[in-house]
Amino acid sequence: MLDSLSARLTAIFDRLGGQGRLSEENIQEALREVRVALLEADVNFKVVRGFIDRVKVRAVGQDVLKSLTPAQQVVKVVHDELVELLGGSGHRLAPAAHPPTVVMLIGLQGSGKTTTAAKLARLYAKQGQHPILAAADTYRPAAQDQLKTLGAQLDVPVVDDGRTPVEICRAALESAAARGLTPLILDTAGRLHIDETMLDELKQIRAAVKPHHVLLVVDAMTGQDAVTVADRFNQAVGIDAVILTKMDGDSRGGAALSVRHVTGRPIAFVGMGEKTDALEPFHPDRLASRILGMGDIVSLVEKAQQNVDQAQAEEMVRKLREETFTLEDFRAQLKQVRALGPLDQVMGMLPFGKMLKGAPKELSGEQADLDRFEAIICSMTPGERRNPEVINGSRRQRIARGSGSSVQDVNRLLKQFAQLKKMMKQFKSMEGRLGKLKGLGGFPMPRG
Amino acid sequence: MSLFSGLKERLRDGLKRSQEYLATGLATVLEADRPIDDTLYEELEELLIAADLGAAIAADFTNRAREEVMFGTVTRADQLRPLFRRFLVDALKPAAQPLNLDARPSVLLMLGVNGAGKTTTAAKLAASLKGDGRQVLLAAADTFRAAAIEQLETWGTRIGVDVIRQAAGSDPAAVVFDAVKAALARRADVLVVDTAGRLHTKSNLMDELAKLRRVIERQCPGGPHESLMVLDAPTGQNGFAQAQMFHEAIGLSGVCLTKLDGTAKGGIVVRIVRELKLPIKLVGVGERVEDLKAFDADAFVDALVPADPAGGPRE
Repeated sequence: MLDSLSARLTAIFDRLGGQGRLSEENIQEALREVRVALLEADVNFKVVRGFIDRVKVRAVGQDVLKSLTPAQQVVKVVHDELVELLGGSGHRLAPAAHPPTVVMLIGLQGSGKTTTAAKLARLYAKQGQHPILAAADTYRPAAQDQLKTLGAQLDVPVVDDGRTPVEICRAALESAAARGLTPLILDTAGRLHIDETMLDELKQIRAAVKPHHVLLVVDAMTGQDAVTVADRFNQAVGIDAVILTKMDGDSRGGAALSVRHVTGRPIAFVGMGEKTDALEPFHPDRLASRILGMGDIVSLVEKAQQNVDQAQAEEMVRKLREETFTLEDFRAQLKQVRALGPLDQVMGMLPFGKMLKGAPKELSGEQADLDRFEAIICSMTPGERRNPEVINGSRRQRIARGSGSSVQDVNRLLKQFAQLKKMMKQFKSMEGRLGKLKGLGGFPMPRG
Repeated sequence: MSLFSGLKERLRDGLKRSQEYLATGLATVLEADRPIDDTLYEELEELLIAADLGAAIAADFTNRAREEVMFGTVTRADQLRPLFRRFLVDALKPAAQPLNLDARPSVLLMLGVNGAGKTTTAAKLAASLKGDGRQVLLAAADTFRAAAIEQLETWGTRIGVDVIRQAAGSDPAAVVFDAVKAALARRADVLVVDTAGRLHTKSNLMDELAKLRRVIERQCPGGPHESLMVLDAPTGQNGFAQAQMFHEAIGLSGVCLTKLDGTAKGGIVVRIVRELKLPIKLVGVGERVEDLKAFDADAFVDALVPADPAGGPRE
């Protein structure tokens, strides 16, 4: 998929000509595009069917807002509807009246239960609680070792006493009560949603320890079958909320909408990485954008805010304006770009990033350039950094040797720096004409 | 060879449940006296989408069916079933290829996203090859996930295959280096390398994988003889992006489709086979060692579009 939904819709409405009002006829083709986008995002086709009908009802007859094009208007209606369906943000796992609060994780094999159990424990510990883990996966080889290793890393006790999963969970509950630890997080074995024997085991655990929150762990890359999985688990065991894992990849995560639709249960958290701190609250608006292929701009902005020092950015703008921008500042700027993470991951969060996905090699080349430029600047003397004009042939050779690069690389850097300064001069003269130019140190924000 | 015998029955066995589920849908869609109209096409398209074939391929197949109807080669709704089966078999036939085990040692690199079933598949494959009378070694190159090494070692003990390992957190390239050396020294027939799960979007982890490949290549020219991406059947459209990016990064030799014993049908492989021309080397249809099978296009299509509504023998 090369272009985002908005771009495709724009093309359709361009063909139709300017439309002041959305009608059944003029949104027909647009809705077909919406349908394909949702299917490509792995939303179940039955859910898509109902969704399109609702969007149609909502959109037909709407006046196109002055500030929007018809394409944007349709995207807005679709987006709003998605957000509404995905439910409110940050489902809170309420503590039980009588501790310990018991949280039980269930799901298919390989959905990420054990990792998520550790992440939850870490999250609770960070909030000042004293969690305890139960390793109730007695089937997968070394699954209990895995949880014990993670527990030791987090300094969270792990109970694995007992022969059967039910015994282990019971022992863990007693241990939690006796030691005054809460919440108790139960990690159960992965199982198929059609394996009656294994589902019975979950029911037994449920009956034995009466968990306050049963959480279904779902892989964000799941396809159409997500509805069957969620429905069977919900019917057999009953679930209270959902955790969506492996959202740090490039899957569009439409399975979340399917699961939400068939179970009616909210999404509590999303897993965003392999490390135990990578568990985040769920944001319906961000997922909606992602499902529609519009990129996760909010996440990128947040990441930028976390990593880019505002004061430093303002200082940079001042220097640019006063033309005192040196290679030293250039290096600081490079550092900030790098702090956002590997370039290809940053691009993945942008709507047009998909277009660049075809060229990941060039991107990692850019990444290598950033690394090399930093090394080259580091090999310069402070005087050279402040005043690059003094860098003659023999200095260039010295810098190249010192940074493990070639003279050509040094030349390239100096050329780019000169270009940057020239560009800044142009900006400055533009600024004079156009009034204040704001946000120079910020990031170019593509329109969604 | 146990790996390539009785697989059709087994696959059908393992897929019986999904077959039953889908058969009911198809029976109503493809009744003989139903008129061939837009509603029917739409329902057919949705059946393919429901099996994760993706909107584009579903539309393509449906359009081709429309053409056949237009040319008069198909006149009744119940003729559409064999037609769709033919489309699918044609698309998947080239994908059935055996493992390349000619070299000695043959180095098989197992890779894929987290939770796809790499470790289990590596162990089952090792057991199956050992059952064929080959001398097999396993390499525990997933040094990242907690207790991944122990998981493979438990398997090794269970199936009687030695596991080359180092401490948790060590360099996977070093493990692979040792393992290939051991395979050469012991004159093993096959070395199965289990790697850490990684999302295909993490460039640093993809680089690590490329390095593992280079380490194998350097010590064992011609290796790795198989680079197999493990993909689980519940995966949706993202499965294509996975295959594409792993293929770009290190060059895949094929795909292992696991967890076909659930209700998911793994239809995304149709797109992977069609667009990336990658074969499907193995399928996993259950938890037992014998449940890892060679891919059979007919059996697979039987599960996607059963030959007749009762799910009986094919025409």
